[in-house]
Amino acid sequence: MGQLALTALLCTPALGAVLLAAIPRYRLAAALNVTLCALTLSCAAALYRHRPQPSLYLLVDDLNTVFLFVGALVGFSTSVFSAGYIAHELQTRRLKARDLRFYHAMYQLLMFAMNLALVSNNIGLMWVAIELATLTTVMMVGIYRTNAALEAAWKYFILGSVGIALALFGTILVYLAAQEHLGQGMVAMAWDRLAVSSASFDPSLLNLAFVFLLLGYGTKVGLVPVHAWLPDAHAEGPTPISAVLSGLLLNVALFALLRFKLIIAGNPHVLAPGPMMVTMGFTSLLFAGFMLYRRRDIKRMFAYSSIEHMGIITLAFGLGGPLASFAGLLHMTMHSLTKSAIFFGVGYISQLEGTQRTADIRGLTHSQPLLGWLLVLGVVAIAGLPPFGIFTSEFLLVTSTFARSPWLAILLVAGLLIAFSALALRLQGLAFGDTERRHLLPAWRLAPMTLHLLLVAAAGVYLPAPVVAWFRHVAGQLG
Amino acid sequence: MSPLDSDIAHLLAGSMVLLSFLLLYQDRMFALLNVFALHAYALACSVAWQAYLQRAPHLFITALIALLFKGVIIPLALRRIVVRLGIHRSIETVVSVGPTMLFGIALVGLSIVVMLPVTQAEGPFVREDLAFALSVLLLGFLMMVTRRNAVSQVIGFMSLENGLVLAASGARGMPLVVEISVGFSVLIAFIVIGIFLFRIRERFDTVDLQALDMSRGEAL
Repeated sequence: MGQLALTALLCTPALGAVLLAAIPRYRLAAALNVTLCALTLSCAAALYRHRPQPSLYLLVDDLNTVFLFVGALVGFSTSVFSAGYIAHELQTRRLKARDLRFYHAMYQLLMFAMNLALVSNNIGLMWVAIELATLTTVMMVGIYRTNAALEAAWKYFILGSVGIALALFGTILVYLAAQEHLGQGMVAMAWDRLAVSSASFDPSLLNLAFVFLLLGYGTKVGLVPVHAWLPDAHAEGPTPISAVLSGLLLNVALFALLRFKLIIAGNPHVLAPGPMMVTMGFTSLLFAGFMLYRRRDIKRMFAYSSIEHMGIITLAFGLGGPLASFAGLLHMTMHSLTKSAIFFGVGYISQLEGTQRTADIRGLTHSQPLLGWLLVLGVVAIAGLPPFGIFTSEFLLVTSTFARSPWLAILLVAGLLIAFSALALRLQGLAFGDTERRHLLPAWRLAPMTLHLLLVAAAGVYLPAPVVAWFRHVAGQLG
Repeated sequence: MSPLDSDIAHLLAGSMVLLSFLLLYQDRMFALLNVFALHAYALACSVAWQAYLQRAPHLFITALIALLFKGVIIPLALRRIVVRLGIHRSIETVVSVGPTMLFGIALVGLSIVVMLPVTQAEGPFVREDLAFALSVLLLGFLMMVTRRNAVSQVIGFMSLENGLVLAASGARGMPLVVEISVGFSVLIAFIVIGIFLFRIRERFDTVDLQALDMSRGEAL
């Protein structure tokens, strides 16, 4: 059962990509895209219950089931959103039918790459999968072929490949450290073996390896100072891709980092990886908080908000301990759901208003009441106000930081407040004020956004006991 | 392993570092492409030598990929692009040659200082190989940041990636080296095709990235 689900999890998107590349009719392709994502989601849900035996290549454990499920869920609702979004893009002739074939195939290929990166037990295979994910998103970011889109894709390609190259060098160093003890070949790249026996590895090699891995995969997480690709890629690509980038791809890179952190943490003679992650996370939080103030493009603004939140999550995992890791996991889940919901809303808004400039968008709650209020709720959620789930995770993080190092907690709260007031400031202009326009969207198009926000609100009010137990268990493993 | 074997390996890996320096100060496009082809040949020889020393026949595939793909196909394709785009005269660099070379020497020093103490437990052979590989990697970075034009940035990236393949082939018995080098080749092929296609569509008036920077969202 577990083996079957795992095979289906990888084969569904891989075969789907081939199939979608062959289908010229976009309505059919969009429907198929949704179906395939639903299938992937059910596979990911099945893996929670039924775990297959780990092999040298693939592994399903407690940690990656969280990421798999969140990823598959965001992937599914984004495919629903994308169906409505691309129909409009086709009408306005920003995309042609041929582009859409390519787009759908790439979407499924991205799902495949991300699932593979998450379930791979082999650090080399994980690297290849993340490289594939980078490549597919580069293609999709440049799909509009405007100068701005090409520049964003180029920047993303250059910075992403440099990051990927650094990560590979780190991976090679980890292999070198491991092969002394585990012997040459695949065994020395299998993550579960590495994590168990890392105590006997050469600590100085591991130290050096982690620096490369942190910078390399950190580029893909979007940590400052290697974040420069992220706002451009979010702003210039199609909005479903912005949602997938923020909700999924950043998490996958973070997951790779966590896997290596677990290897490093198993060796007592190595420099603790935590403080390095805390520093980078904290810098990202502060930097992105300040950068939020002067954004004039709505998608770019929320991209900086993603940098801010990835900083918070990295900080939480770097801090470690059951409570902070729990907060990190919860925050990651909540951020994925909320940020993708916001991008769904922003996608419709930029289509209806015909612009992404914040200065030109006013009075959304008047011109399109339902969408406008949903966006308000989304921004309230992402800013960390109760009753949404992000408040819970930020609260947990702040309290656990206070217990460990009060000074850091003060800085953390300051960073959160800076970002909060930037968002509040911008939201006022976007959502309120007079406007002549009126648009109406069919209600079903807002379903994915509503669903995500409902989930986040529900998690903020009451977190079901099985979820708490699951997260607590994973947080215990993360240490 | 006899001293001669490791001397040959050092000679080949060391020549890659030297060729990386040569890449740094080329100011003509065609010369740059020729030096890059040489870089790829040196990589192919180095990997083939490792394959022979480690009795690892799969590394010969990696060497062959380096020889044919990076040594022949990519330089030819880039040459076509350069001719079509009419950018063969000169290369704009951000920093002038002198400081760049000095910085490059510092980077090589850095990688030796970093790698040699760290890899004490490894055999002397792996240690120096890794130090060379890290030097090639860092020099590739340096080239990417000191060049503005897209084609020479791609060359910088490829020389960087050659350093990675050198490191991976030197790590004894490392699996997936062939797959990784194929993966990189696909990445590069896509991007070279990308540059070529965009020119055909006449969206790129220039491949000078500074001109593209004008279209930043912040300038709205």
